[in-house]
Amino acid sequence: MSLIVADGLTKTYTTGAVRVEALKDLTFTIDRASFVSFVGPSGSGKTTLLNLTGALDRPTTGRLLVSDTDVGTLDRRAAAAFRGRTVGFIFQEFNLIPVLTAYENVEYPLLLVQHVAAPERRQRVLALLEAVGVSDQRDKYPDQLSGGQKQRIAVARALVTNPQLVLADEPTANLDHANAALVMSTMRRMRDTLGTTFVFSTHDPRVMAEAEIVFHLEDGRLVNRQTQGAAA
Amino acid sequence: MTKLLKIAVRNLARYRRRSLLTASLIAIGVIAVVVFEAAAGAFTGLMVGQMTDAMLGHLQIHRRGYVASMDNLPLTMMLTPAEVTVVEETLRAQPEVESYSRRLKFGGMFSNYTETTAIRLNGVYPDEELRTLPLLASRIKQGTAMLKNGEIVIPELLANGMGVKLGDTIVVIATNRDGSVNAAQLVVTGVLENVTSPSGRDGYVHIEDAMSLLRMDAPEISEIAVRLNDFDRLDQVAGTIRSGLQGATTPGQVGETEVHTWEGLSPFYNIAVLIDILALSATFGLIAIVLISVMNVMLMSVYERVKEIGTMAAMGTMPRTILGMFVIEGLSLGVLGILIGDALAAAAILVIRGIGPTFNFGRETGLVLSPQVDLAQMLLISAVVLLVAVVGTVQPAFKASRMEPVEALRHG
Repeated sequence: MSLIVADGLTKTYTTGAVRVEALKDLTFTIDRASFVSFVGPSGSGKTTLLNLTGALDRPTTGRLLVSDTDVGTLDRRAAAAFRGRTVGFIFQEFNLIPVLTAYENVEYPLLLVQHVAAPERRQRVLALLEAVGVSDQRDKYPDQLSGGQKQRIAVARALVTNPQLVLADEPTANLDHANAALVMSTMRRMRDTLGTTFVFSTHDPRVMAEAEIVFHLEDGRLVNRQTQGAAA
Repeated sequence: MTKLLKIAVRNLARYRRRSLLTASLIAIGVIAVVVFEAAAGAFTGLMVGQMTDAMLGHLQIHRRGYVASMDNLPLTMMLTPAEVTVVEETLRAQPEVESYSRRLKFGGMFSNYTETTAIRLNGVYPDEELRTLPLLASRIKQGTAMLKNGEIVIPELLANGMGVKLGDTIVVIATNRDGSVNAAQLVVTGVLENVTSPSGRDGYVHIEDAMSLLRMDAPEISEIAVRLNDFDRLDQVAGTIRSGLQGATTPGQVGETEVHTWEGLSPFYNIAVLIDILALSATFGLIAIVLISVMNVMLMSVYERVKEIGTMAAMGTMPRTILGMFVIEGLSLGVLGILIGDALAAAAILVIRGIGPTFNFGRETGLVLSPQVDLAQMLLISAVVLLVAVVGTVQPAFKASRMEPVEALRHG
């Protein structure tokens, strides 16, 4: 059962007279509850593809269905609603809101996006902080946390709305090996527990090895699809 | 809403120095306007009070054309007894009229037997005049204002200049409407303090002495000064009296009258208007300070948090929520400035009131400035500041809410 269906997807940026084709005719599908990585060198189109998938940007041509929604047709408000309902994001630089505590950062999408009632909000936030192993850090602000702790809180924030899809752009790029492994194992465990589809980009071979399916991108083209581990 | 407020307050605390500087700037503006308006209000109130309660009354009624010739104190433009009766009936029908005083004004010569000078006199019924001008008694520096027949109250200027004392007998010489000259001996029973106003150096005699001096058989009246029980309703009551008197005009019997409030009779009104314009200018200055400082600080705030805004948008935060977040932040900054400003302004006003600084205005000396904390005025200024703070925030907040998340996330 496919969660993501891309068909002839292209994305072109035009700056003045310069025209850059970031993605060229991509066609692929990603099943629900899969653990997928897009890999490739810098400038290969990984981030652009994640941005399109998360309805942060629109394709130039082609169709991109995410959970049966054609994300290329969504207007500003509809795209925001879609993201709040369907997608969780994990960023390379964690992007936690500095004036909110760890608890409040995880609570944010439930409070200001999904408007969930307080008792349920509290129960879900505490459960996820526990699940990602940072419940003892809940009252700390981001600048009081280590990189690994910040990224695990970002994982909890991405998952707290029960999204069907989590998009993680280079989630381990700013972490040391131990923390990178911890974050990857946390993400994988959450996929196993919640059945959420994880799609992440990386150019770290050790992280790449964690994925079940690896899509190789080069110069905006999909050059290879590789199935690894148990999924092979 | 509570969470948005919490985020706004924490963001203000995050840039503590900048927020405090901006709030201080707003506070200084609020202090300047509130204190200036309180002091100006106290000064204007004092002067208007002096004028209306010690000389003019709140409004005056004359025969049409009298005010234009008032400097000459014409005896040919008087209200006849029949007309005075109509005016009195109209005034008695107004519940807002507290009292009125009929005056017979004329010019004459004042002699102490060795020197002679010009004098302007008001022939009045003393009880009517004292009821209509409650501060008149306080202007009596020596003697009494309760005139009896054969007595005169003279201005301080004349008493000093001519060396006249209480109990002295003087002579007043006046020309009546027909051109014949008459004189009367009067005893000085009061000396009036000078007040800066055209009528601030007038003397008083009993109206019966005035009639006798001017050889009038029936009392003709130059003006009727009116006191209201609610000064704030002055324009409304003046309008009602004006309409009432217009309706009572009967050609050949009752002539046309004119009703003037103190504003049309005293040159101080122009100073009061000037003070109001200055206060308005200060308010515009405050608006500019608040608008520029809030807009500046909020624009900086937006530019510094582009990535944060992108993250919020990526998580599905609606543009209106982001807009609200920044508007509340600007509003909180305004509220902080207002609270500091209002508190310090109230303290400053109380200190000024405690000190009671004195000032001179024209011939009046030792006037005590006593400003008051006017809550309604402070609320109005605070509301204006708050509104301007919101206006100053809207553009940066709108900019934040319209950011493309993908562009914002790419930001350094």
